[in-house]
Amino acid sequence: MKKTKKVQSPLLDKRSAADIARTKKISLVVSAALVVVLFAALPVVQKVTPDDSMLIPVLKKGVIYSLIAVSMNLLNGFTGLFSLGQAGFMLIGAYTYAILTIPVESRANIYLYYDGGIVQFAIPFMIALVFAGVMAAIFAFLIGLPVLKLKSDYLAIATLGFAEIIRTVIQYDKFGPLTNGSNLLRKFPTQESIVFYFAVVGFCIAIIALLLRSTYGRAFKAIRDDEIAAEAMGINLAHHKRLAFVISSFFAGVGGALLAMYQGTIQAQTFKTSLTYEILLIVVIGGIGSLSGSVIGSFLYVASCEWWLRTLDNEHFIGTFKLPLMRSGFRMVVFSVIIMVVVLFFRRGIMGDKEFSVYRIISYFQNKKAQKAVKEDNANV
Amino acid sequence: MNHRKKYALITAAAALLLVLCTVFCQAAPALTAQQDGETAAAAVNESVTGETVPAEESAGIKKIVNQWLPYIVAGIANGGQYALIAIGYTMVYGILRLINFAHGDIFMCAGLMMVYFSASLNIFISIPLVLILTVLLGFLVERLAYKPLRDAPRMSVMISAIGVSYLLQNLAFYITSGLAKQYPVLPFLSNSVSLGSVQVKMVTIITPILTVILILVLQLLIKKTKIGMAMRAVSFDFETSRLMGVKINSVISMTFIIGSFLAAVGSILFFSAYTTVTPTVGAMPGLKAFVAAVFGGIGSVPGAVIGAFIIGLVENIIKGISNGEYSTFSDAFTFALLIIILVVKPTGLLGEKIKEKV
Amino acid sequence: MSENILRVENVTMQFGGVVAVDNLSFEVNDDEIVSIIGPNGAGKTTVFNAITGVYEPTNGRIEYCGKTMLENFPKGKMKKLYKSENQGLYTKTIVKTPDEITKLGIARTFQNIRLFKTMTVFENVLVAKHLRRTSNIFTATFMLNAKEEKKMREECEALLKLVGLEDEKNENATSLPYGKQRKLEIARALATSPKLLLLDEPAAGMNPQETDELTEFIKYVRDTFNVTILMIEHHMNLVMDISDRVYVINFGKLIAEGTPAEVQANPDVIDAYLGGGDEDE
Repeated sequence: MKKTKKVQSPLLDKRSAADIARTKKISLVVSAALVVVLFAALPVVQKVTPDDSMLIPVLKKGVIYSLIAVSMNLLNGFTGLFSLGQAGFMLIGAYTYAILTIPVESRANIYLYYDGGIVQFAIPFMIALVFAGVMAAIFAFLIGLPVLKLKSDYLAIATLGFAEIIRTVIQYDKFGPLTNGSNLLRKFPTQESIVFYFAVVGFCIAIIALLLRSTYGRAFKAIRDDEIAAEAMGINLAHHKRLAFVISSFFAGVGGALLAMYQGTIQAQTFKTSLTYEILLIVVIGGIGSLSGSVIGSFLYVASCEWWLRTLDNEHFIGTFKLPLMRSGFRMVVFSVIIMVVVLFFRRGIMGDKEFSVYRIISYFQNKKAQKAVKEDNANV
Repeated sequence: MNHRKKYALITAAAALLLVLCTVFCQAAPALTAQQDGETAAAAVNESVTGETVPAEESAGIKKIVNQWLPYIVAGIANGGQYALIAIGYTMVYGILRLINFAHGDIFMCAGLMMVYFSASLNIFISIPLVLILTVLLGFLVERLAYKPLRDAPRMSVMISAIGVSYLLQNLAFYITSGLAKQYPVLPFLSNSVSLGSVQVKMVTIITPILTVILILVLQLLIKKTKIGMAMRAVSFDFETSRLMGVKINSVISMTFIIGSFLAAVGSILFFSAYTTVTPTVGAMPGLKAFVAAVFGGIGSVPGAVIGAFIIGLVENIIKGISNGEYSTFSDAFTFALLIIILVVKPTGLLGEKIKEKV
Repeated sequence: MSENILRVENVTMQFGGVVAVDNLSFEVNDDEIVSIIGPNGAGKTTVFNAITGVYEPTNGRIEYCGKTMLENFPKGKMKKLYKSENQGLYTKTIVKTPDEITKLGIARTFQNIRLFKTMTVFENVLVAKHLRRTSNIFTATFMLNAKEEKKMREECEALLKLVGLEDEKNENATSLPYGKQRKLEIARALATSPKLLLLDEPAAGMNPQETDELTEFIKYVRDTFNVTILMIEHHMNLVMDISDRVYVINFGKLIAEGTPAEVQANPDVIDAYLGGGDEDE
């Protein structure tokens, strides 16, 4: 076992307790200011960006993927439960949202083969959004009862199986009056404003971050580090695993509903295992065990997938010379190669298990300054 | 000693199942060949069941046989295909404790290679070429994507496997431009034969036979050869065999080579029956084969084979119930089975229990 | 009789055909330090695992503070396979999970140190406080339990000070030197506020000097935290130095008990260690 570990010794921290407290205060203010600036800037950005730009769709999809990736990280990165059911819970969230919000007058048009379906009411979209999460959480609770007893890879394959079953069941013809079978669902309320997506996702991620900071979050991490020791320290494994699973699925459900809003139409067919894999790879790129890593990973993933690498899919000519290789599908090949490189050579991803925080950045510079001062002192002596 | 007995018993059971099926299949055309003569049919019935059956009843049986025969035959064939893929999963898991998520995609790649080679080459050159290149692919995947992570946590290796699967699918999409490719018509295998009232392809009958032959050869390899012994040692205790001087890397490579070879054979059989190759076509049979491996007790080759045949049969029988009413659930059934077996008996039918030491 | 904090009564642990613990009975009194010794493979750790709920005993009863904590009898296949005595004496099945047992007040350490490796020293101890929380997941997430959280942290600070790890509290647990990792494991167990502390080979892998320090430390822990200690140990100096009573196990059976001096003089014990130790190592 070759492992090089950077020991983060507090002895390197040359600052006094008062200094640290002050830095903490400053960074809190700075962070708050950054959030305010972000939300002030978003509507402006949306207004000035031309309609054909990919920026706004990428930001929207990126932020939705952030929530889903963070919810997956809560399970895989922080609780050590290797679950591959995310697509299934997103599916439940998306369908719950769509079924509950399609306006009654549009239903006859959408449920063409099922006489307008059996649901003949529509509820406000914000309530439906919460319902989407709750529904996913209920399913997670039921699925978790048998499945959470399983260990690592068995859990992975069982959750993956459940996601597939959910997809099949939703497409089942007999449930058509409820789910419209394998046909599209559309015309449910969507959101144009980018601020909406950022606000909802920001709120949800903040809750997850708070949860992970709490005593429950510590218990989750203990389970990840050593199940047997965690149990011996009085942590009820079944209870805590179930909590993590249900909470993660709740936010995956909300994420699914947001994705439905963003896309405008949904179909069960698109929530395949490969969607879960995509999210998993985002988590890996960002760093397993880092929320900010997952967020950064999502934006990078969506941006490069849908925007930056898009040009690789088109044929290019230099003069009359046609650049080889470049045609439809090439970007995904390049992209998966990049992912493999990350998986094999940068196993810790972008952030490792560290979090992005203003406090850390400020502290870093302060410490550097202090070290420099010490060095100079030494040199003078 | 006990172990060997168990293996022998299972192999015998599988062989018996197969013999029964072939007898059944051969008897069936005879059944229908003389459709007009009811007395003759009764005579055939007698020869099959050893009992004299009244003529009216035999007509009923015939009807049932005719109704279910296609599903059962297809089920056995499917089972054989799954079995060939499942062995790759179960052997790799036995040795590396890794779910090789890329295995289904290697199977798909074998299919795709066949499509491209047969377009320009003779079929009898293409087939060995496909087998060799698939083996090479499996070998390379292990060397490039799994070997560097030998000492990493299990989760990392599993993620790497998912990454490889993603890469192979995207590569296939790129090469085919996302179009479904028509699998070449292989002589003999694609010929139709009539089996009772149903026309089936030759491959449907060849599959289970070939599967069992290959598995028996594999069993011989595992039991009798030196590398087979090394494999058993490594799957029993990875660390100790490493210390005892077993060449771990060559054993692992060998496992991937065997797994990929069988997957390539499986792909020839599978695609001769289903004829189109798409980039994601490997996912479903791959997952089902994996379920078969878990069902039979992951790490156990006979277990995987039995699991595969059971899954293939039940899945097709579900398709047959009330004229395909529930056929959407044939995939869901597989996973339901997986979850039930994991919860009730996580070690599968023939698997062994591993308990973590405290 | 009621000063027994722990009473192990006719406990048998059988795995398949192998009897790891054979009809074992012993007790631990309040405020004692009791050691269990025996050759390798004698079944000592199995006893610990039975007491802490990692395994269900095959037969027998374990009482804690005068109340039955665990009880079991051979069932199913085991009915026929059972090789030990007292079958039929127990008819109830009372099983608890390890976390429930820790909640009752029995904490343990592990033979091969099991710290939470991504956490700091302080967090390792803080996790153990989770057990005695009164907050639920909502109050904890939305920081409505600030008072409790503060109390937890203060208690952990105090605990680390008492065991002498306050200088390392922000260091990564696994970057500590070996002896201090052992100490931290004991501190973490103490953070669950136990009445009975089970130490599984606390001196394993330590040099004589570290062992001496540990001896003092265990006495200190008993006096400071008011806990009863049950210990598995191989270092005879340590055992003889601090134990009030010693139980000797071989092949899962109790072969001797008494004060350290009595046990040392017992011919069976000497035989077990020198003559009969041919099972492993």
